[in-house]
Amino acid sequence: MSVLTEKEASMEHAEKRTGSWWKKFKNNRTLLIMCLPAVAFFVVFAYLPMPGLYLAFIKYNYSDGIFGSPFVGFENFRFLVMTGDLWRLTFNTVAYNLAFILLGNVLQIAVAVLLNELRGKWFKKVSQTLMFLPHFISAVLIGLIAYNILSYDYGLLNGILQSLGMEPLKVYTSPNAWPFIIVLTYLWQATGYGSIVYFAAIMGLDNEIVEAAEIDGANAFQRIRHIVLPWLKPTFIILLLFSLGGILKGNFGLIYNLVGANNTALYATTDIIETYVFRSLMTNFNFSLGSAVSLYQSLFGFAIVLTANWLVRKLSPENSLF
Amino acid sequence: MDMIDEKTQSSRRATDRSGLIIRGISYICIGGFALCCLLPFLLVLGTSLTSEAAVKKYGFNFWPKEFSTFAYKIVLENPGQILGSYAVTMGITIVGTAVGLLIVAMTGYALQRPDFLFRNKISFFIYFTTLFSGGLVPFYLLITQYLHLKDNYLAVLLPGLLSPFLIIMMKSFVRSIPHAITESAKIDGAGDFTIFVKLILPMTTPALATIGLFIALGYWNEWYNSMLFLSADMQYRPLQLYLYNVVTKADAIRNSAAASNVPLSDVPIETMKMAIAVIATGPVILFYPFVQRYFIKGITVGAVKG
Repeated sequence: MSVLTEKEASMEHAEKRTGSWWKKFKNNRTLLIMCLPAVAFFVVFAYLPMPGLYLAFIKYNYSDGIFGSPFVGFENFRFLVMTGDLWRLTFNTVAYNLAFILLGNVLQIAVAVLLNELRGKWFKKVSQTLMFLPHFISAVLIGLIAYNILSYDYGLLNGILQSLGMEPLKVYTSPNAWPFIIVLTYLWQATGYGSIVYFAAIMGLDNEIVEAAEIDGANAFQRIRHIVLPWLKPTFIILLLFSLGGILKGNFGLIYNLVGANNTALYATTDIIETYVFRSLMTNFNFSLGSAVSLYQSLFGFAIVLTANWLVRKLSPENSLF
Repeated sequence: MDMIDEKTQSSRRATDRSGLIIRGISYICIGGFALCCLLPFLLVLGTSLTSEAAVKKYGFNFWPKEFSTFAYKIVLENPGQILGSYAVTMGITIVGTAVGLLIVAMTGYALQRPDFLFRNKISFFIYFTTLFSGGLVPFYLLITQYLHLKDNYLAVLLPGLLSPFLIIMMKSFVRSIPHAITESAKIDGAGDFTIFVKLILPMTTPALATIGLFIALGYWNEWYNSMLFLSADMQYRPLQLYLYNVVTKADAIRNSAAASNVPLSDVPIETMKMAIAVIATGPVILFYPFVQRYFIKGITVGAVKG
């Protein structure tokens, strides 16, 4: 045994002595080639656009191009702060994400815990399948479903209200209704699928502990309160911190398809960073303002991820990202 | 002795009762929520099978007040458009999934090899793209002005091929295969690519199915890049973009007609939207119960390290 390790060590040593960069490269050539397509992909679609953020510091116009347009320094950022846009976008994006993360995780835990209490195998399977369903459809269809329910003329909601003798609601022009609609739709879509992680964690719970507690006279509520929920706490904290890292990344697909492309009446409560950047590109053609918001989002988001990861590493080193 | 027995018995009974209560709550809550997940789909399906007149009169409903397949008839009378969209989406999905899966599997395997010297550097190179990005505007300019992919299906196919999340998922799957297998094959003289194709791929079929399904679902539901890069000049646009246009444009027609008091033609606008939605989404909904276990596997493997 010791002979072998000695031999290995000496071989490694020899390799180190003769091993130039070229040798290393040759030994790993095939593996490097296998990584090449993915590396090329990220170079083109992720790294090449990054220098484009220079747009944030110029006043871009199409005829002069990126390098001919005048350099304006922080003027675009100043404009975004002065108009209050930056604050509104940040607030909306963060508030929606906080609601998604907190309510989402609480509901996912609740579903996982209750699912674990079900005994009928058939019922469990069918209800699980139905709860996953909203996760598998496109954002476009979610927008259409919302329209089915909320449309002023034909929507199900107004149909019910009218049959009860109440006034129909003009949902698509009521900004205050949308935070609730957006969060509810998110929960509808994400709860079933998100509960899988927690359900899998509960499956990992040692049955002997549960049985021991039952013998000691713990009832079902005590079992959930004192065994299952504490057992899920580490998973909850890790997932929470990871999602907090993405708190500045908005859910564009959901909001864009729910609210519609140009519903200005709802901007106050529904405009997030992504929808603003999208509009600056596709409708206002103000590439520089859009890039300024993107740069702000990327830099600030980066700092938040580093903080979240630092916390994860403190709490559970094996789960930290780097 | 008797006392203890009585005590355990009564606590047992308490356990039973609380167990029954919690089970009842579970059945009600889970059943109710599952129903909430299903009903909106029934609303779309029900409306698609209602006559336009009944929709105008009673609004959208789960159960057709006046049953009619007129909307489907109109959609399928000129099937060229929807068949074209189907063909485009299927083509993109099949090609993109095959190519993307191969790249993700190769990369995931190579980056999980402990003897691959560059693995940490490349892993970080890939992971960094989730931390910092150039944002939408530079990405748009890259695709349209530098790669010249406007109105080209490649603008949808290429960006959807892979993601750091899928590569991390593949790495987690490969981690469960002992490195000794690779090592012994190397001693037998097999090259790295041969090991990957002949040994690793057959051992990771559940992982490949999972990752392939993630990619395929992404392509099937893709609408964002389609909307950005495929303009109205294209005859056949992917299914979700086609649906998006039907939903928003019919809306525009309705609004303008209502404003100018022009009588609408007999086109069943509302029910047609629903019929097209059913046709575009049907395959996914019918297919996914058979493959959902792969999606479950994927999220449990990838979630915490995602």
